[in-house]
Amino acid sequence: MTGTISERSLGISEFDTLAALESESIHVFREVAGEFERPVILFSGGKDSTVLLHLALKAFWPAPLPFALLHVDTGHNLPEVLEFRDRIVEKYGLRLHVAKVEDYLADGRLTERPDGIRNPLQTVPLLDAITENRFDAVFGGGRRDEERSRAKERIFSLRNAFGQWDPKRQRPELWNLYNGRHAPGEHVRVFPLSNWTELDIWRYIAREDFDLASIYYTHERPVYQRDGMWMTPGVWGGPRDGEVLETRSVRYRTVGDGSSTGAILSDAGDNEAILAEVAASRLTERGATRGDDRVSEAAMEDRKREGYF
Amino acid sequence: MSDLLRLATAGSVDDGKSTLVGRLLYDTKSVLADQIDAVTRASVDKGLATPDLSLLVDGLRAEREQGITIDVAYRYFATPARSFVLADTPGHVQYTRNTVSGASTAQLVILLVDARKGVIEQTRRHAAVLALLGVPKLVLAVNKIDLVGQDEPTDEARTSAQAAVFTAISAEFNTLTTALGWTAEDVLEIPVSALHGDNVASRSTNTPYYDGPSLIEHLESVPVDADNTGAHSIGLRFPVQYVIRPRTAEYPDYRGYAGQIAAGSVSPGDEVVVLPSGIRTTVARIDTPDGELAVAQPGRSVTLILTDEVDISRGDVIASVADAPEPIDTFDATVCWLGDKPLRAGARLLLKHGTRTTQAIVGTLVERFDEQRLAAEPSPESLALNDIGLISIRVAEPIAADDYRVNRHTGSFLLIDPAGGNTLGAGLVGDVLSAVEVGAGV
Repeated sequence: MTGTISERSLGISEFDTLAALESESIHVFREVAGEFERPVILFSGGKDSTVLLHLALKAFWPAPLPFALLHVDTGHNLPEVLEFRDRIVEKYGLRLHVAKVEDYLADGRLTERPDGIRNPLQTVPLLDAITENRFDAVFGGGRRDEERSRAKERIFSLRNAFGQWDPKRQRPELWNLYNGRHAPGEHVRVFPLSNWTELDIWRYIAREDFDLASIYYTHERPVYQRDGMWMTPGVWGGPRDGEVLETRSVRYRTVGDGSSTGAILSDAGDNEAILAEVAASRLTERGATRGDDRVSEAAMEDRKREGYF
Repeated sequence: MSDLLRLATAGSVDDGKSTLVGRLLYDTKSVLADQIDAVTRASVDKGLATPDLSLLVDGLRAEREQGITIDVAYRYFATPARSFVLADTPGHVQYTRNTVSGASTAQLVILLVDARKGVIEQTRRHAAVLALLGVPKLVLAVNKIDLVGQDEPTDEARTSAQAAVFTAISAEFNTLTTALGWTAEDVLEIPVSALHGDNVASRSTNTPYYDGPSLIEHLESVPVDADNTGAHSIGLRFPVQYVIRPRTAEYPDYRGYAGQIAAGSVSPGDEVVVLPSGIRTTVARIDTPDGELAVAQPGRSVTLILTDEVDISRGDVIASVADAPEPIDTFDATVCWLGDKPLRAGARLLLKHGTRTTQAIVGTLVERFDEQRLAAEPSPESLALNDIGLISIRVAEPIAADDYRVNRHTGSFLLIDPAGGNTLGAGLVGDVLSAVEVGAGV
């Protein structure tokens, strides 16, 4: 589909693939606003949830966002990400809920894993926050191109009262008609970015030109190498014997638990440079920098069944 | 030519669908190094001699354990000529409803058959479903052609055995698709070996009896209407999703109607009618956060500002005055039944059309379509899982619908279980299969 001359003359870009993806995502946000009582947007401060928020703001402009944000905090954050989160909340006058893994560790409802990775521990605080706040629709930034089990995900994905995903019982999803019916206690996970690829995300960020958390852009940082990834020391620990701390020019491709998310060596300092780098990459973003997805063949599916994002 | 092609794959169990999709991803270099490493590792673990490309797509534990595809997987790949969104759908009869999901938005479907088995019951079922959904283009991939004639004594004899099989399957498939309403230009048969890559990315020297394009060449060049929904041939259809009322200091009196244009185009000054109320008004402005538009096309999400203060809420349709559909509360529709329990006359359901969900009662079951014989069975007692039939429906609130053959978006609806909430049926307004040559004897 191409835009008409008159659309362009008003300074609007033509109706290309990115514009079509944007319209599809906005359609999904408005469907949820029309059919659910208490939706919430999962917001990690990462690029996908930043794009998600940007699209949500556009969907209801000029009205304020009719949803709150929910951050499931592992306690293993890079400070730049929390700073970014709070700045965004302030800028758009949003409501933010924070569910903290550390509260659960403190009173023994959860115990630290032997490997120290906290991404899998987010599930219980997430489900409790959904139940306590009676959220009935939960927006996530998941994309089908990220991982094999995510490729099977519907745009509207029903979760039972235990928050579980049953891939064999997914509803057929036809045309652009979404079925959000659910029983009390159940909720629906909604993925407006389902059809976006990583490259689409970066093209869109470059076109719309909005800021991400600063860790996405190149910066000097003391890092050490582990399992082929560049890790940052933090409350989760630091270099072990034989691992050398050195200052390198790095950036992050994803935001995650600091104990299992690595940086890559990069000089890309703006959206255009990152776009060029991503286009040339021979590794997926999860394979390159997410230790938690390397655990097993079905690591993501197992976490999703339990109620993970 | 469009830069984006939406396609789906369909076939029976063990036709090698996931292997073909894995091959498409691999040969278009859409698979990144760590994914190939993971597949190679898993293949070695399973004791396989060559990497099992189906592991690239079968994402669920149960799928890998059983070696089958259960649910639709969406895949994204690109060549310099085009980008592709591919819905890889399951072959097992039990999961035909997932095939319906994957094909509902497809512009082209690749149907697979095993060359040694040819056109089978499931091929006919899938072809009927695709005809029902109005999929414009078909490719029949005659897979595992390399396994035909393996007992023949010479290469020549093997090649001629393969040629005979390919010709026979193509002829049978053509008879079927012609009866279902496709023309010869809409359908292409290709002999392939997904495992070895013959005729997938490039033309194979192993199939001298075939002189057409490779699969990827065809996907790159097949002409498709960028919008195959019929959305350009009729006037404006704008289902209202949400009323935007900021009530802020900056926008105290703003009232906009948000939605995605389902058909036609709209410009400021256009006369429109609100359905089902029938109130007429005029479009004052087309708002987006990036500025006003002088015209907006199908697929675009926009906010309409009208000149008059009229009562409009979610579920209403704003349509062009020139060809606005008459709201209907009783109509005939073709359904593909997706529920485990059969549909019977008198069933009380919810119907979701556009942005409106209303109560519905099924009147009579007019006929069941026998997709194996291409025949109609009048007055069936029920429609079972995966059955296609013509039914009459009455709804509590009238809907502003078009015939499915005129426009996909305003001609389609879901039937929903009011108790459990599950999607039980895919509905198409009108007698969509009436063009089929009933009793064509195929």
